[in-house]
Amino acid sequence: MEQKELNPIPIYQYLDAEGEVIERLPGWTEDKDILLGYYRHMVLGRQADAKAVALQRTGQMGTYPSCLGQEAISTVTCALMKKEDVLVPYYRDHPGLMVRGIPLSDILLYWGGDERGSSGDHWGKDFPNCVPIATQACHAAGVAAALKIRQDSGIAVCALGDGATSKGDFLEALNLAGAWQLPVVFVINNNQWAISVPRRIQSGAPTLAQKGVSAGLPSYQVDGNDVIALHEVINEAIDRARSGKGATVIEAISYRLGDHTTADDASRYRSSDELQQAWGKEPIKRLRTFLHHRGYWDEQQEQALIKEVSLQIEQEVQTYLNTPLPPVKDLFDYHYANMPSALKQQKQEAELRAAGGQSHE
Amino acid sequence: MSKITMVEAVNLALDHAMESDPDVVMLGEDIGVNGGVFRATQGLKDKYGFKRVMDTPLAETLIAGISIGMAAQGLKPVAEIQFMGFIFPTMEQLICHAARMRNRTRGRLSCPMVLRAPFGGGIHAPEHHSESTEALLAHIPGLRVVIPSSPVRAYGLLRSAINEPDPVIFLEPKRIYRASKQEVDHKTPLLPLDKCFTLKQGQDVTLVSWGASVKETMEAASTLEQHGVSAEVIDVATIKPLDMETILTSVQKTGRCVIVHEACKSFGAGAEIAASLAEQALTFLKAPVERVTGFDTIMPYYRMEDHYLPSPDDIMKAALKTLSFH
Ligand SMILES: Cc1ncc(C[n+]2csc(CCOP(=O)(O)OP(=O)(O)O)c2C)c(N)n1
Repeated sequence: MEQKELNPIPIYQYLDAEGEVIERLPGWTEDKDILLGYYRHMVLGRQADAKAVALQRTGQMGTYPSCLGQEAISTVTCALMKKEDVLVPYYRDHPGLMVRGIPLSDILLYWGGDERGSSGDHWGKDFPNCVPIATQACHAAGVAAALKIRQDSGIAVCALGDGATSKGDFLEALNLAGAWQLPVVFVINNNQWAISVPRRIQSGAPTLAQKGVSAGLPSYQVDGNDVIALHEVINEAIDRARSGKGATVIEAISYRLGDHTTADDASRYRSSDELQQAWGKEPIKRLRTFLHHRGYWDEQQEQALIKEVSLQIEQEVQTYLNTPLPPVKDLFDYHYANMPSALKQQKQEAELRAAGGQSHE
Repeated sequence: MSKITMVEAVNLALDHAMESDPDVVMLGEDIGVNGGVFRATQGLKDKYGFKRVMDTPLAETLIAGISIGMAAQGLKPVAEIQFMGFIFPTMEQLICHAARMRNRTRGRLSCPMVLRAPFGGGIHAPEHHSESTEALLAHIPGLRVVIPSSPVRAYGLLRSAINEPDPVIFLEPKRIYRASKQEVDHKTPLLPLDKCFTLKQGQDVTLVSWGASVKETMEAASTLEQHGVSAEVIDVATIKPLDMETILTSVQKTGRCVIVHEACKSFGAGAEIAASLAEQALTFLKAPVERVTGFDTIMPYYRMEDHYLPSPDDIMKAALKTLSFH
């Protein structure tokens, strides 16, 4: 007997790969400013990303994970959040961080190896980047629980990759979000790859979204390269969380067009045909074509935007490059609010060492 | 004032902390209706409700992870891990996040959480319920590891741990949960973290211990006293960060030191103390530092656990050995 493929999860899509409308558009798309806002942020995200890769290649920054190809997910998610909401991001959310008001110089500073990149007041209560995969899903659930307990108005939004859905932390967080009806939205960036491991090896489940079903959560798939579909699905999930109706899981399907990080070479494990095909579906060109068709955008505006964005990026890069090293005492000053005396001694030793003095007799 | 046991003192400290600060919340497995398997949280759900005393799903990674999320929002979560043998799934969250949240955000976010767990042997518990793995946690920068040894210290240290703006691992030696009673109430003072307590003054040898082993160490000290040996006894209480000053001052006076702990010998907190003495007090030492500890074996099942745990006799012999060294 042939096994029927099980796909219990609806997929939302409004624009096809060519930017043609394939579904009746929601009313808000009449407001061209929203669409143009998305477009501008995605272009900024992509140019900034290219610059970050270039900085790494020229030895001016550390290893960096590019967001090439998945700009739409992060941009739309963060644009729909309010300031008082809490973002618990993953390491490809650079465009979204910028939407949240984090300057590019902070992002560069972080990947350039400086903790101060996650420190400024403009971060509010948002979490810093999280390296151990999926661990942030539990933080998001905790944030959501705290917001609920204190009757604060915000919600939590957690981003992660497809590989992250294999980890216990993710499933434990979903499970709690269902049991406690938490105001949190989980956005899976399914870019098809977890370094060299493809999506099909990550899980036998036909969709990743359905992992939310076992936790009792509304769960959706959405074309992650289609800003209109993303807006619809994420907005609804955020509304649901905001109005006390609990959590949602969204699997946004996209593709990682770049290497995993600047230390990776994706040509070792994936075909150029596959990559070529994926380029045909990418989000920025798709939206640009749609905007052109609608008469919202033209070549002149495009050129002006590119110019404006590169100027902004250049300034941010200069800010990053001009940031002096922190003093050695910074290694010690933030571990504990009340510094233990043993650490005070080590701090003195480190300062002496940095000043070229003898620390060990 | 009434006399209560250590686990009752833990309960009272939690109660008073929740009473005095609405941001203090509690979470863990079975802590609500059931009041915790050791009854450490008994009655608190009735008093403060499920919103502040939360029964979580059975998921330790989650318990630590959501505590971090809550703490970063300004709550003060006090999480219970039912037994320290089940603390390992929390380690990634503790090491990678709780311990470094302040540092990685340069103080923008912090993690004022307490993770409590009963630990140690001697109660005839099943496998994985009797180990002393405190050194694993003590190695991590950014954490505090606090271990009380009496009802008064459990109360005073736990209240301070909850007030502390950084993460504290509060390990409760369950062997002495009900071993003795002391007077504890609202007026019992909060005790400083990062400080050793000198339990008994002495001239001839310094005995250093923490947790349940303090009991055997005190017994050894009084037997030594009968033999005319005056032992000073130090309860380390916070093993990370370690207050070497108090230990050094004592060893500079006595010239001899015996370190007692239940945990395995190698790479334990005793090794850290011994190394610091070698670095900082070598010229004061009249004999090599002795360690009386568990063995580098898996903690045996309960029929053999007495062979594993240091006895007052072992401690006394070690002290006499340092005294007879020439
Ligand atoms: C717990 C853990 N294991 C392994 C790694 C190393 N690692 C970094 S990224 C990555 C792949 C993650 O894939 P996915 O979640 O799909 O996100 P993507 O990088 O594809 O955006 C791995 C294995 C890690 N950071 N954390």
